[in-house]
Amino acid sequence: MQADIENDSNSPQIELLRFSTCGSVDDGKSTLIGRLLYDSKSLFEDQLEALERSSRLTGDADINLANLTDGLRAEREQGITIDVAYRYYATPKRKFIVADTPGHTQYTRNMVTGASTANLAVILIDARHGIIEQSRRHSFLASLLGIPHLVLCVNKMDLVEFSQDRFEEIRSEFEQFSTLLDIRDITYFPVSALNGDNVVELSGNMPWYKGPPLLQFLENVHIANDRNFAYPRLPVQWVIRPRSDEFHDFRAYSGQIASGVFRVGDDVIVLPSGRRSKIKEIKQFEDSVPLAYTPMSVAVVLEDQIDVSRGDVIVTTDSIPYVTNEIEAMVCWMHDQPMLSGRKYEIKHTSRSTKAIVNELMYRVNINTLGEDYRAVSLALNEIGRVRIRTQQPMIFDEYRKNRNMGAFILIDEATHATVGAGMICEPAKEIPMPQYDGYVI
Amino acid sequence: MDTYSLSHLDALESASIHIMREVAAEFQHPVLLFSGGKDSLCMLRIAEKAFRPAKLPFPVMHIDTGHNFPEVIEFRDRLIGSMGEHLIVRGVEDAISNGIAVETADGDVSRNRLQIPTLLAALEEFKFDAAFGGGRRDEEKARAKERIYSFRDSFGQWDPKNQRPELWNLFNGKIFSGENIRVFPISDWTELDVWQYIEREKMEIPNIYFSHQRDVFFRDGQWLSTGPYMSPKSNETVENRTVRFRTIGDMVCTGAIESTATSVADIIDEIAVFRVSERGGRADDRFSETAMEDRKKEGYF
Repeated sequence: MQADIENDSNSPQIELLRFSTCGSVDDGKSTLIGRLLYDSKSLFEDQLEALERSSRLTGDADINLANLTDGLRAEREQGITIDVAYRYYATPKRKFIVADTPGHTQYTRNMVTGASTANLAVILIDARHGIIEQSRRHSFLASLLGIPHLVLCVNKMDLVEFSQDRFEEIRSEFEQFSTLLDIRDITYFPVSALNGDNVVELSGNMPWYKGPPLLQFLENVHIANDRNFAYPRLPVQWVIRPRSDEFHDFRAYSGQIASGVFRVGDDVIVLPSGRRSKIKEIKQFEDSVPLAYTPMSVAVVLEDQIDVSRGDVIVTTDSIPYVTNEIEAMVCWMHDQPMLSGRKYEIKHTSRSTKAIVNELMYRVNINTLGEDYRAVSLALNEIGRVRIRTQQPMIFDEYRKNRNMGAFILIDEATHATVGAGMICEPAKEIPMPQYDGYVI
Repeated sequence: MDTYSLSHLDALESASIHIMREVAAEFQHPVLLFSGGKDSLCMLRIAEKAFRPAKLPFPVMHIDTGHNFPEVIEFRDRLIGSMGEHLIVRGVEDAISNGIAVETADGDVSRNRLQIPTLLAALEEFKFDAAFGGGRRDEEKARAKERIYSFRDSFGQWDPKNQRPELWNLFNGKIFSGENIRVFPISDWTELDVWQYIEREKMEIPNIYFSHQRDVFFRDGQWLSTGPYMSPKSNETVENRTVRFRTIGDMVCTGAIESTATSVADIIDEIAVFRVSERGGRADDRFSETAMEDRKKEGYF
């Protein structure tokens, strides 16, 4: 890809940051996003006009920035956000993709969906109410989904007289709670989304606040090293075989690098077969590149003619994932039909699909208190629990905590084809003898 | 500067390639819907990047409203021909004469609605089970919640309340026979991303995207082109102006903008200061607040 890079003034080399926002209905989440779009001038006049028109319809005096994000008719009628909406804006420094998710308990699944691809989570707290059950739940989900950066926006500061004491009180309460979380980086902002204080510009109302405004932080937070560069993994999606005269014997294994870095000449093992080879060439369209890293999509040519097909994972010999049929995982249930122990599902993990049985629900998490209920026998919609799963074909994985792309899976109902569960692998289910590949013990 | 950083265009491109390969691997008969417009050109380029040096593992299909700009049709045939890929064209005209589509009484309203039955009939004809479309979530409110895999029942209907959750980059491509999906590989791209990509990839685009002289008349806040399907009413005057098109669709409803942009770089500069969104120039989105949502429910891509 380096070969493609041109220093063209019109195509700046800016980074992509995905963040999710979680908040309850009245936290002003949609207003905050509207504010980011509005103040960074990512709104067009006709969108503003449409906004003004619908404000007139609903009788609001000011433009309701929330109308920007509450897209579907049902949502406008009920005044709540019921699904994940994606928003886009860019500044000269970054392109942002915002997953706007609803806050109710009954929409946990939407929050999990929005969080699954996020680099960062923005959690809104109403300064008047402080940390409430929902704030803890959102933080827990962000932690569970492995989001590396958490931003706590204490909103509606205008309604607490821009009080520094109130802000510090909320901050210290959250700091105490956050020791239970697995999030490295937490940053706190006192804001008023409605009026724009500390969102894009620093607020004259809070001279005691010494940090950057929210947008400036989002533009600069370091995210490149959040990806896993330690474990080279290429799940094979598609085998490129032109079968043309020009490329008679050409065979390349294509996929998106899930983690790590691959270099031409690397010794590799193809899992689960365990066959070994060496990387001969890494192709990106017409270019041949010396190295490639996550999340690039590439096509790899191997030195040897060995059997590789979709669902196989190419790894390097110095870092090998787990290969087992039994896993323990945290699962968030996404469907009205509850999860039952002993039921069969289809599991999709990397580019691999196989059948799976949920052997045991070990416990259910109370996502408000983080307590564990060991008597639970099923998971209903929006519930989260730790399960033991057995699969027909072996799973090739890393722990989700260490490697999101190699630890995430979905469960699909075989009868309805619905996506019913979202899973994050904790570890192999039990000590089982690991297969050996040519002397490498994994 | 980090050693292993990736620009936003590279990250978007990689994710789109991943989507195309997943669909090619998991569906029986995918098809790429192509209009000759900038979004479908980006999709086509991404498809090349996903599957070369092999041929694309699916055909390219154009649902022709019969009201397309002749420049675009000429461009389409030349481009797909030079790539050696298989092009299928199904026309709204045929659908009308077969009775599959019925034209509304007010003749000059867009034929976008008539594309729906034409598309559904074509999907049925070839048993396509996945159709790539160039839709982007930044285009319109209702699209913001559109999935990348958008499920349609056997009537081609979209139910906004009954879409599958999409987590990580794991797509559930399970369907029953008779069902099909629309796939939007460039969902996460914005108009600016598309133009920056066209520039970076040095892609050829239809010339009506660039500034040119054209006979136009002003209606509903936009410049419409005179032509065989469109003529001014008695109170509208035809003027020759320097214009270009920001989107390419049906001649009847795609408004031109006054512009002197003659290169992709000019266009990018122009977009940066635009104060009207891309769809601000399309009359068919203006019927009601929820125009797009209603059309999507009917099966519009």
